[in-house]
Amino acid sequence: MTATLAGPATWTTPAAPPVIDLRAGRKTYTTGSITFEALRGVDVRIERGEYVAIMGPSGSGKSTLMNVLGCLDVLTSGTYRLAGHDVGDLDEVELAQIRNEEIGFVFQQFHLLPSLASWRNVELPLMYRGVARNERRDRAAAALERVGLGDRLDNRPGELSGGQQQRVAVARALVGEPALILADEPTGNLDTASTEDVLALFDELHEAGRTIVLITHEPEVAERARRVVRVRDGLIQGDGPASALHDDRGYLHHDGAVPAPGAPSTTLRTDDTQELR
Amino acid sequence: MSWGETLATGWHAIRAHSMRSLLTVLGILIGIAAVILTVGLGLGTQKDVSAQISSLGSNLLIVSPGSTTSSAGIRGGFGSSTTLTTSDASALTSKTAAPDVEAVAAEKSSSESLVNGDTNWTSTVVGTTPSWLDVRSRTVAQGRFLTAADETDRTTNIVLGSETATELFGSPRAVGRTLTINDVTFTVVGVLESAGSSSSDNLDDTAVVPMSTMQNTIVGGTTRTAVSTIYVKAVGTDEISAAYQETQQLLLNLHGITDADNADFTVSSQDALVSTATSVYRTLTVLLTGIAALSLLVGGIGVMNIMLVSVTERTREIGLRKALGAPPVAIRRQFLTEASVLGLGGGLVGAALGIAAAKLLPSVLDSSIVVSPTAVVGSIVIAVGIGLVFGVYPAVRAARLAPIDALRSE
Repeated sequence: MTATLAGPATWTTPAAPPVIDLRAGRKTYTTGSITFEALRGVDVRIERGEYVAIMGPSGSGKSTLMNVLGCLDVLTSGTYRLAGHDVGDLDEVELAQIRNEEIGFVFQQFHLLPSLASWRNVELPLMYRGVARNERRDRAAAALERVGLGDRLDNRPGELSGGQQQRVAVARALVGEPALILADEPTGNLDTASTEDVLALFDELHEAGRTIVLITHEPEVAERARRVVRVRDGLIQGDGPASALHDDRGYLHHDGAVPAPGAPSTTLRTDDTQELR
Repeated sequence: MSWGETLATGWHAIRAHSMRSLLTVLGILIGIAAVILTVGLGLGTQKDVSAQISSLGSNLLIVSPGSTTSSAGIRGGFGSSTTLTTSDASALTSKTAAPDVEAVAAEKSSSESLVNGDTNWTSTVVGTTPSWLDVRSRTVAQGRFLTAADETDRTTNIVLGSETATELFGSPRAVGRTLTINDVTFTVVGVLESAGSSSSDNLDDTAVVPMSTMQNTIVGGTTRTAVSTIYVKAVGTDEISAAYQETQQLLLNLHGITDADNADFTVSSQDALVSTATSVYRTLTVLLTGIAALSLLVGGIGVMNIMLVSVTERTREIGLRKALGAPPVAIRRQFLTEASVLGLGGGLVGAALGIAAAKLLPSVLDSSIVVSPTAVVGSIVIAVGIGLVFGVYPAVRAARLAPIDALRSE
């Protein structure tokens, strides 16, 4: 893990730019004559080493936000700086490079290539970076070791459990030493035990100083983060510590909205029924 | 991502769908094998024909009776009329009338049954003069050829081709043996050296007798002075066109014809025969190669089809690779490489198959196939090219996929 941090001192100085600095972010989709505003002026700032959950129901704009943060999509207006790079003016090739160097993705469906052994899956980001084969293998092995799969280097995804597959995906996200680990519903396809497994891994990574942004609609998952950003209708609806997910009676609220004191507790709201569709 | 790794990735993807890849490659494979075979067959036939015509003798003009032109209505069939005679042949030997003619040999041929006891063999019996040996560039393997004395005395001496001798006497060593033609007994005085055979004309299956004997003993009748062919040997290669002019003019004069278009004979040179034959076979080769190339085109479309399927099927993989930082050029290159590897595979296996067939088929087909290295290398290059060309569209489509859409596709 430490192999690539050539000048670690500069990385940890307070002067380092925030990992995510999104200002007045707007994203409009146009389909024929219909325009749809997915993000309507979003400001998010995430510092190095933070563990943030982005929560929101379906259609809230959280997926769009995730795509923008992941440099998979660009803003219609506003500025987005990722680890100091202004992403707004970059073309497709430069965006690919930024994704390669600054972001480690973890997806809900794992997105492992089924025909490749786990270490070959993990080395992919390094391959597109032009790292020599021997070094790639070493670093992929180290990353798999890090997620507790040091003995599964040559197994293909089909030979691993769901939780193990997701850990391979986390190793792939780690291998390139990115500024940001961006996890999109990482536990959405996992059973309870595997979910705990993966979340424990994120906890460890956070302890080790990693910057993690986790997109989820499950409050149980979100509460593991130190900070929760709530998105609704293309706007930031709330931004605070994860403990705010609980109301004064200790209930966990699915959308993160804390009802006013005295109001009836609504643990299931209309948004959640939409979510279940 | 280096080229080596791109190639390895491509190979890996092809192996992952080996059955499908094999079927895809089959189209190209058959096309390449067909191209190599047809080009080889064309070249082989050309070689055969050239060799056959050259074996007639060098500096040779061939005078045949009849005319191929039909300007004055329908003429007698080329080669079957009786307008050429032995006196035409002897006139051509005149050094004053035809100074560029070195030697002349008239042939009167007929298909006859040669009998040795119980053995019966039908062969082309040729009546000719002693100059035949030189004019036709033949040599005697055993015994002697016919002499002037044989001609004047109308002897029943006969010289056999090596194959004829073997068929009749069980071995080419037949000098001194006798055989009968139309109940006339002939004595074998010589056996010709083998001149090789070709599919249309076996130069080793022949029997040569004195012209006088042929005219009086074997054929007879009113057309006895008519000859089938007069071979005219020019002094040298450079004199062949002069000899052609002299032969043409002399024979026109002898036949009392003023207009060369009405000539009742045809003078042709080996060159003309070679070039006619070559052009015929070249046309055939081009035609066949064209058909084979069409199958290559179909193979190429097969590659495009399978690559498009592959792109659709691997949309999520493409999305993932892009999310992980693969620039469009890397995706494009990956699919182009896959398509070219398919092409290369088809090319290599097709070439191997074509070469193998070229080695095996001649024994069945009785026609030689010349494997041209140019055709082999060329067709492999074409196969890779086809993969590339037909891979472009799928590769561009893959490279253009937006990573988010690609990742979300199921």
